[in-house]
Amino acid sequence: MSEHNAKKYWKQNIRYLLLLLILWFAVSFGFGILLAPSLNKFSIAGVKLGFWFAQQGSIYVFVIIIYFYVFLMNRLDKDYDVND
Amino acid sequence: MDVQYWTFAIVGFTFLLYIYIALRAKASSTSEFYVAGGGVHPLVNGMATAADWMSAASFISMAGLISFMGYQGAQYLMGWTGGYVLLALLLAPYLRKFGKFTVPDFIGDRYYSDTARIVAVVAALFVSFTYVVGQMKGVGVAFSRFLEIDYEWGVIIGVLIVFFYAVLGGMKGITYTQVAQYCVLIFAYLVPAIFISLIMVGTPVPQLGIGGELSNGNSLLHTLDQLSIDLGFQEYTTSKKSFTDLFFVTAALMLGTAGLPHVIVRFFTVPKVSDARKSAGWALLFIAILYTTAPAIAVFARTNLLNSVNQISYSELPGWFNNWEQTGLLKYEDKNGDGKVQYYNDQNETFNKEIAHPNGWQGNELFVDQDIIVLANPEIAQLPDWVIALVVAGGLAAALSTAAGLLLVISSSISHDFLKRWLKPDITEKQELLSARISIAVAVIIAGYAGLKPPGFVAQVVAFAFGLAAASFFPAIVMGIFSKRMNMQGAISGMIAGLVFTASYILYFKYFGGTPEQYLWGISPEGIGTLGMIVNFIVSFGVAMVTPKPPPKVIEMIEEIRIPRGAEKAHKH
Repeated sequence: MSEHNAKKYWKQNIRYLLLLLILWFAVSFGFGILLAPSLNKFSIAGVKLGFWFAQQGSIYVFVIIIYFYVFLMNRLDKDYDVND
Repeated sequence: MDVQYWTFAIVGFTFLLYIYIALRAKASSTSEFYVAGGGVHPLVNGMATAADWMSAASFISMAGLISFMGYQGAQYLMGWTGGYVLLALLLAPYLRKFGKFTVPDFIGDRYYSDTARIVAVVAALFVSFTYVVGQMKGVGVAFSRFLEIDYEWGVIIGVLIVFFYAVLGGMKGITYTQVAQYCVLIFAYLVPAIFISLIMVGTPVPQLGIGGELSNGNSLLHTLDQLSIDLGFQEYTTSKKSFTDLFFVTAALMLGTAGLPHVIVRFFTVPKVSDARKSAGWALLFIAILYTTAPAIAVFARTNLLNSVNQISYSELPGWFNNWEQTGLLKYEDKNGDGKVQYYNDQNETFNKEIAHPNGWQGNELFVDQDIIVLANPEIAQLPDWVIALVVAGGLAAALSTAAGLLLVISSSISHDFLKRWLKPDITEKQELLSARISIAVAVIIAGYAGLKPPGFVAQVVAFAFGLAAASFFPAIVMGIFSKRMNMQGAISGMIAGLVFTASYILYFKYFGGTPEQYLWGISPEGIGTLGMIVNFIVSFGVAMVTPKPPPKVIEMIEEIRIPRGAEKAHKH
């Protein structure tokens, strides 16, 4: 792979990482902790929303984030012909 | 058949299963011994990682802890799962591409320095050893509580089982036993949870049951909040405490999870880089099944407790109450001599003045150990005896699987990182394999001995393990992958600064009489690893800026690990 392509591949990878890490931070530290008191005014399936994110929702989103990452990276690897 | 026969039968059966697997999965090379030959399917590895990760504490104590902490318990739930996102995105695929056997391997090669390697070895040994002693203790407790075997014999039986399959099979044997252990522990955890959810809110899915309605039509959580306030406790679903500490503890547990060597090495066992990513997904999915059930169990148990014991006369309490009193996990002391149980928050001054004292209550009379929440669940829900036996087997599976993973890290640190890569690089593969077997055998015995006479500090060292992993391995590895500028001088001084800062903070507050009022910004020792990581980053970059760039060979290696193609099985060196 050319140096130019390698750089582009890495840049796109970093972009995905930042996007997914922002999501990771938002659902746990954001919705689960910092914003929990205000989110508690709403509720989901009988549970206050902030509490739900802190003890249930964030974990579901974590799982989804990883599978989404797998999907994005597999596609990216193929596009740049570096898949293994 | 009574509980005891069931327990012997089920525990005996699971142990035979582990031994059978060990005999089928004997390791014949160092690669098989350290990383199971690098040919483990990502789903299988995910399951093994889940068992490796979920310890006796996750299985037995966590739901109970959350039950008493309420909302704040989220620090364990998010902290011990969120780290897998970091692992999957920032560490696992690149370390898999790097393709050697251990974490010190990476640190030593990437920072072209034996000093870095040795710092990593020492940290890995310390982290893993403190952790494994707790598992041995868990094995001893499970045996002594349910089988009426002495605590000591419980530990010895546990040691023998681990000894057998870890020494024989190394990572290969451990991986396949962990798969079996995951199945045992998750089944054992879910069965009582499903029944309790059915009984309390009429749904078989505990994750939905948490938002369910009680038979009188009231919302479960609303009822629990009200009951908590009525007895002077903090409302269950919210917290009045500062969010700073919650934030830092959650972050430290996440960063620590991502930096724990026994978790990281599991990702060396899959064939490809893309498999390492997938495997992290599977691992978290399997972990999430338990971790989303635990908060539901916590809510059910707490509601049950608050609802059913306060102001009830002692003689009318259910049978399980007396059974558990005998184990010392439940204690009742009739302080005001009225023959009834008063269970309330006697630390709450306003509540004492307004309700407790006028009613003649003279302090909380019931002491509940957190472990009882999971252990007594089947009895409280009046489930058959075999379910109780299953929970014992599950607790043992959780403890043994984690112990084995940790012991492997200890063994590979000694035989591979210390002996082969540093002290005596000219030993043959056969000699290295033999020394790996010997060191795991010695490690099992030392861990067993420490489990027999647990030093007083063990209970408090979880903070250490996570804090040190967060302050040393996590930043060192991440910088090694994502920064081409990071050099030997920066990484070593960063690791040392992070370790010293974190260790001295924990030591000061745990052993040298520091009081919570002196916490830096209100951060407890459990959360200080987060700050330790930041210290590490700052020192590393500061030092790296004024010292030479890493040599071209290392830059090449970094470029190499950033591209997935070309990852063979963890290769020999």
